[in-house]
Amino acid sequence: MEKRAEGFGVRNYLLFGAVTAAVFVLCVCMGSVNIALSDTLRAVGNALAGRPGSDVADTVILSVRLPRVLAVALTGAALSLCGAAMQGLLRNPLADGSTLGVSSGAALGAVLAIALGVTLPGFAGGGTMLLAILFAFLSLALILTLAYRLDYSLSTNTIILIGVIFSMFANSLISLIVSFAGEKVKPIVFWTMGSLSDSGYVSVLALSLALLVCGAVLLLNARELNAFAAGEDNARVVGVDVRRVKLTVLVAVAVLIGVAVSVGGSIGFVGLVIPHIARMLTGPNHKRLLPASMFAGAVFLMLADLLCRMLLRPRELPIGVVTSMIGALVFVYIFYRTRKRK
Amino acid sequence: MRMLEAQSLTVRYGSLAAVNGVSFALEENQWLMIVGPNGAGKSTLASALTRGVPYTGVVRILGEDILGEKPARLARKIGMLLQSNAVSYSFTVEEVVRMGRYAWSRGPLAGRSAEDDSAVERALGATGMAALRERSVLTLSGGELQRTFLAQALTQDPGILVLDEPANHLDLVYQRQVFGMISQWMREPGRAVISVVHDLSLARAFGTHALLMDGGVCAAQGPVGEALAAANLNAVYHMDVGRWMRDMLSLWGEPEALPVAEQARVEPNEQGNTATDRERDDHCGLREQA
Repeated sequence: MEKRAEGFGVRNYLLFGAVTAAVFVLCVCMGSVNIALSDTLRAVGNALAGRPGSDVADTVILSVRLPRVLAVALTGAALSLCGAAMQGLLRNPLADGSTLGVSSGAALGAVLAIALGVTLPGFAGGGTMLLAILFAFLSLALILTLAYRLDYSLSTNTIILIGVIFSMFANSLISLIVSFAGEKVKPIVFWTMGSLSDSGYVSVLALSLALLVCGAVLLLNARELNAFAAGEDNARVVGVDVRRVKLTVLVAVAVLIGVAVSVGGSIGFVGLVIPHIARMLTGPNHKRLLPASMFAGAVFLMLADLLCRMLLRPRELPIGVVTSMIGALVFVYIFYRTRKRK
Repeated sequence: MRMLEAQSLTVRYGSLAAVNGVSFALEENQWLMIVGPNGAGKSTLASALTRGVPYTGVVRILGEDILGEKPARLARKIGMLLQSNAVSYSFTVEEVVRMGRYAWSRGPLAGRSAEDDSAVERALGATGMAALRERSVLTLSGGELQRTFLAQALTQDPGILVLDEPANHLDLVYQRQVFGMISQWMREPGRAVISVVHDLSLARAFGTHALLMDGGVCAAQGPVGEALAAANLNAVYHMDVGRWMRDMLSLWGEPEALPVAEQARVEPNEQGNTATDRERDDHCGLREQA
C-alpha cells in the first residue's frame, strides 16, 4: 500500500512554489495598466543588474507593483500560517491569528498612531507600523500575564477567553478614538478595512524577517502541533513540553500577526479559511499543512489584491473587504460540504 | 526491581484533597489495579503519576523523582492511556499511533527510524488496528478509538503503562483481547502496569495487586485477593458487593450458562491472587492467543 509521506516533500514544495510564482508574476504584470511579461522581466533584470530603468514600465514595476505584490504574498502567507498554527494549538477550527487578541491590540496601536499623527521622519507609514508592532507586543504580554495569573497551566480555554475579552476591549477603545478623531476618521476607517496599496520595500523587509524567523519556529513545532490535535493531555503524555510549546507558538504567532497587521491593517478570513482549504489538499498533519497554508495564503491574498485593483479600476477596493466577502462564501461552502459528508 | 514509588501523594483542587497522602510501590511485572467508587480520586492519582496535575509528595520512577525529568525523558519511562480521547482533525489511525514515538525522536528534522516503524507495526498489530491504519480517526467507533490510543501508548514503549479505564467503550471480545495483550506485555523484563478500573471481575482476573481508594485515601492495598477482599469492598462501596455480583450472575441461570471466567474461578492462592498466571491465561482465553 502506498503511504503518504509525512513531510511536505520536495515535489510539493516545487509544485506549490511554481503555482505561487506563476500567480506572483501574473499579479505583477496585471493592474490598472497591464505590462507585458517580457517588459516586467526586463525591468526586474535591469534592477538586479544595477542598470537604471528606462521607461515608465520600469518605474511602475519596481516602485509600485513589485513591493506591493511581495508584501501581499508575505502577508497572506503569514496570516494563513498563523491561522493553521492556532487552529492546531487550540484544537479549534474557528481559531486564527486574531483569536489571541493580538491583532486587535496591533490595530489599536495603528489607529492611535493615525489619530495622533505619529510619524517617523523619512518613512511614510512608519509611525503606524511602529505603534502597531509595539501594541501587538504589549497586548501579548498583557494577555499571557492575565492568562497565567488565572491559570498556571495556561490552558487553551483561558487563553481564548482572555483573547476574546481583550479584543472586545481593544475594539471599544478603537471606537472611542474614532468618535473623537475628527477629520482623521476617514484614514482610520480605511486602514481598518485593510490595505496593502502603499507597501514599500521596508514593509517587505519587515514581513520577510518576521516570516523567516517566526515561520521557521512554527514549522519546527509541527510535530508538537500534531500532538496537540489529540488534546493537551495527550501531548503531555507522549512527551511534549506543553507549556514551552504553547508559549513558543503563541509568541511566534503574535509577532507575525503584529507585523502583518502593522503593514496591511485588518485583513479578515485569510487565517481562518485558507488553512481549511490547505487541510483539504494535504490532510491535517502539520508537517504538510503549515507549508501548504503558507503557499495557499500567499496565492489567495495575491489574487484577492488583484481583484481589488482590477474590479473597479482605476478605483481600488479595500483588500480586507474583498477577503472577508470571498472568505465568508468559501467558509460557508466548506462548512456545508463537511456537514453534508457527515 | 522497583519500577515506581509514590510517597504521601496529595492532590488538592482548592480546599478539596482529591488524593490525600497515598503511598504505594510498584515492582517489575506487577499489574496494579486502582479500584474504588466514583470520586475516590483514582484518575487524579493516575494523572499525578504522569505529572498531569500538580501534587505534593514524591513520585519516583526507577529511583528518580519525576519532577526533575524532562517531558520526553519521562514519556520514555511512563506512558498513559487517558480516560477519554478525542482528535480534532481527520488524522489517520497510523498518524495518531505514530505520535507515540515523539519522545524517541531525534529532533524536528529527523525522519522516521526503523525502530519507529517497527514499534508502530507491533502496536497496530497488538491492538487489532492494522487493518484500519489508513482510516480517519473521526470515523472510528468509541472502541476503535480507545484501541488507537492504546496502540499510541504501546508505541511509546515505556516501562510503565498507566491505563485509565482501559475497558471504556470496549465490547467483551476486545476487553478480553486487550486485557490479555496487556497481560502478556507486562511480563517482559522492565515492565509494569497500573490501571484504573471499575469492573471488579477484570481487576481480580488480571491484576496482581490492587489499591482500593475511598474519598481520596487508600482504603486497602496489597495482592489483589487481599486488597479486594469482600470486607474491604463492602466498606468502600457501602453495599454487599459479593451479593450484588452473585445476583447479577444468577440472571444467567445455571453455572454452565455462566461466562467461562466465572466457572473457572479459584480460591486465592498464597499471594492472595485468585488465579495463577497459567490459570488466568486459561480462563481468560489468553493461552490460545499466545
